[in-house]
Amino acid sequence: MFRYIISRLIAVIPVLFGVSLIIFLLVHFAPGDATLKLLGPMASDESREMLRRTLGLDKPVYVQYVKWFGEVLKGNFGTSIATSLPVLDLVIPRFINTVILTIPSLVLALWIGFFVGMFAAAKPFSLFDRIGMSFTLLLGSTPPFWFGLMLVLFFALNWRIFPATGMVSMRGDGGVLDILHHLVLPAITTAAAPAAIITRMVRSSMLDILSQDFIKVARAKGVSQRMILWKHALRNAMPPIATITGLQLGYLLGGALFTEVVFAWPGLGNQLYYAIVARDLPVVQAAVLLIALSFVLVNLLTDILNAYLDPKIRVG
Amino acid sequence: MTSQVGSGFEKSARSRIQRGFGEKFSAFSADRMALVSAVFLFAVGMLVLLAPILDIQDPYEAVKSMRNAPPATAEFLLGADGHGRDVLSRMIWGGRVSLLIGILPTVSAMVISLFLGIIAAYWGGWFDILIMRSLDVLFAFPLVLLAIAIAGVMEPGVVTEILAITIILIPYISRLVRTSTLSVITQPYIEAARAGGAGSTILIFRFILPNMIAPVIVYATTLIGLMIVVGSGLSFLGLGVQPPVADWGDMVSEGRVVLRKAPHVTLFPGLAILFVSLAFNYVGDGLQNVLNPKSAKR
Repeated sequence: MFRYIISRLIAVIPVLFGVSLIIFLLVHFAPGDATLKLLGPMASDESREMLRRTLGLDKPVYVQYVKWFGEVLKGNFGTSIATSLPVLDLVIPRFINTVILTIPSLVLALWIGFFVGMFAAAKPFSLFDRIGMSFTLLLGSTPPFWFGLMLVLFFALNWRIFPATGMVSMRGDGGVLDILHHLVLPAITTAAAPAAIITRMVRSSMLDILSQDFIKVARAKGVSQRMILWKHALRNAMPPIATITGLQLGYLLGGALFTEVVFAWPGLGNQLYYAIVARDLPVVQAAVLLIALSFVLVNLLTDILNAYLDPKIRVG
Repeated sequence: MTSQVGSGFEKSARSRIQRGFGEKFSAFSADRMALVSAVFLFAVGMLVLLAPILDIQDPYEAVKSMRNAPPATAEFLLGADGHGRDVLSRMIWGGRVSLLIGILPTVSAMVISLFLGIIAAYWGGWFDILIMRSLDVLFAFPLVLLAIAIAGVMEPGVVTEILAITIILIPYISRLVRTSTLSVITQPYIEAARAGGAGSTILIFRFILPNMIAPVIVYATTLIGLMIVVGSGLSFLGLGVQPPVADWGDMVSEGRVVLRKAPHVTLFPGLAILFVSLAFNYVGDGLQNVLNPKSAKR
C-alpha cells in the first residue's frame, strides 16, 4: 500500500509541471499587451520598452516561465491588475468559500445517488427504476446556469423561501445557520449533474455485483435482502463508485463556477469569472492554477482510496 | 501488390457499418426514444437552417411597446424579451449558433483525434508515449474550467468558443480512438491483410478505420449534446457571440435581468438547450445499439 502511494506521488510531479506550464503559456500567449494595460494607451514607446525590460517581458519564454514558477513556489502569485492587491490574499479566502459550497453539494449528490441508485438496483426495470433513471438523465442534461435561475425564480422570487444571492445576509449575523440558508439553492444546483452521474454509477455497479455468484450463495443461505444490498454488495461495488465520486469532486471544483456566478456566491469560480471580464490575468492564472492543483490532488486521493478498497489495483 | 488483397479478405474485414442500411435502420428505430429524438433533431435542424427564408419576425427588431410581453401576445408566440424582440425568432436564429458551437468543435476534435489516436496506436513506441503523455496533462484540468480559461484569455467570439471546445475534447476522444484502434490492430484479419501485401495507408483506411470507428461515433454523438450545454455556458458568461447576435446561452443571460416579470425569456432558451442535449444523448444510445448490438441496453 505504501509503495503504491509513493509511486502515485512520484507520477504526479510531471503532471504538476505540465499543468503549470500550460497555465503559464495560456496567459503568456493571451492577446493584449501588458504594458499598454498597465501604463494606459497614451504611454510612450520608450516607457513601455522600459517597463517591458523591468518586468522581464523581453526575455525568452522559457526564462520567463522558470522565473514565474520560482515565484509561485515561494507563494508569490503577483499583483492583481484590477485591485493592486497581492493575488494570493485575494484568492485564498475565495477558495475557502468555494469549498464551503462544494463539500455540501457533493454530500447531497452522494446522498441522492446512493438512495436512488440502490433502490433502482434492488428492483431493476421496475417503475421506480425507470422513472428514476429518466429523471437523472433530465437532471444531468440540464444546463446548470439555467437550472439555478429556475430555482431562483421559484424559490427565491416567487415564493420567498430562500435567498437569491450571496453567501450571507447583509443584515444577518453571518453565522452558520445564515450560511446554510444561503447554501440550499446553490448546493442543489451544483449537485444536480454529479447526482445524476453517481446515481447511474451506483445502479450499474450494484447490478453488476448483484448478478454474481457469491450473492446467489448469500441468498441461498437466507441472508436478508437488506443485508445483501447494504453489506455484501455495496462493499464490492464501491471501487467504481469511489472513482466517479472523486471525479465529480474535481468537476465540482471547476463547475461550481456557473453556480457561483448565478448566485453571486463569493467563491473562486466567481472571482475567476470577474477576473476574465476585467482581463486581470494574474488573478486568472492563480485561480486556474489553484483549481487545477486541487483537481490533481483530489484525483490522487481518489486513486489511493480506490487502491485501499480494491486490493487488485495495488498489484497492477 | 494491392490486388492481392482479394475479395475474401475485404468482405470479412469490411465493417458492420457497410452492411445493410435497412437492417441498421430497423435496429435504430427499435429504440423508440432514439427515433423520436432523431426526428426531433432533424426538425430543429431544418428549422434553424431555413431561418433566413422563414416568415418569422426580425430577431433584432426591438418593439418598445411590447417589452417583456408574455407568450401568445399578438404575433409574439413565445413572448418578447426585455428589449421587445421576439423570443421565438431569436431562438430560431440563435439556434444556428448554438448548434454550430455544439457540432463543429466535436466533429473537428473527432477528426484530429482520429489522426492522433490511430498514429499513436499504429506506430506505438515513443510516438505513442509522446502523444499520450502530452494529452495527459490536459486531463489534469476539469473540462469546463479549461474551456473557460482558454476562451477567457482570447478575444470573445464564436471562433474562440469553437477553438476552446475543440481543444478540450481532443484528449478524451484521442484516448478512445487509441484504445479502439489497439483492439482492432490485434485482430487476425489485420495480420492477414498485412501478409497479403497491404501497405500502411490501405491498412489504416480500408481495414482499421472502418472497424474501430463505431464507438468513436457513438461517443462523439453524446459529446455533441454535452458540448451544446458547455458552449451555451460559455455564451452565458459572455465569452461567445457578442450582442446583438445571440445564441441560447446569451438569451438565458439576458433573461436574468427580467427574471421575475418575464420568466419566459429565460425559460424557453433553457428548455431548448435541455431538449436538444437530451435528444443527442438518446440518439447516441440508439447508435450504440445499432453499431454494437452486444452492448444493447436491456
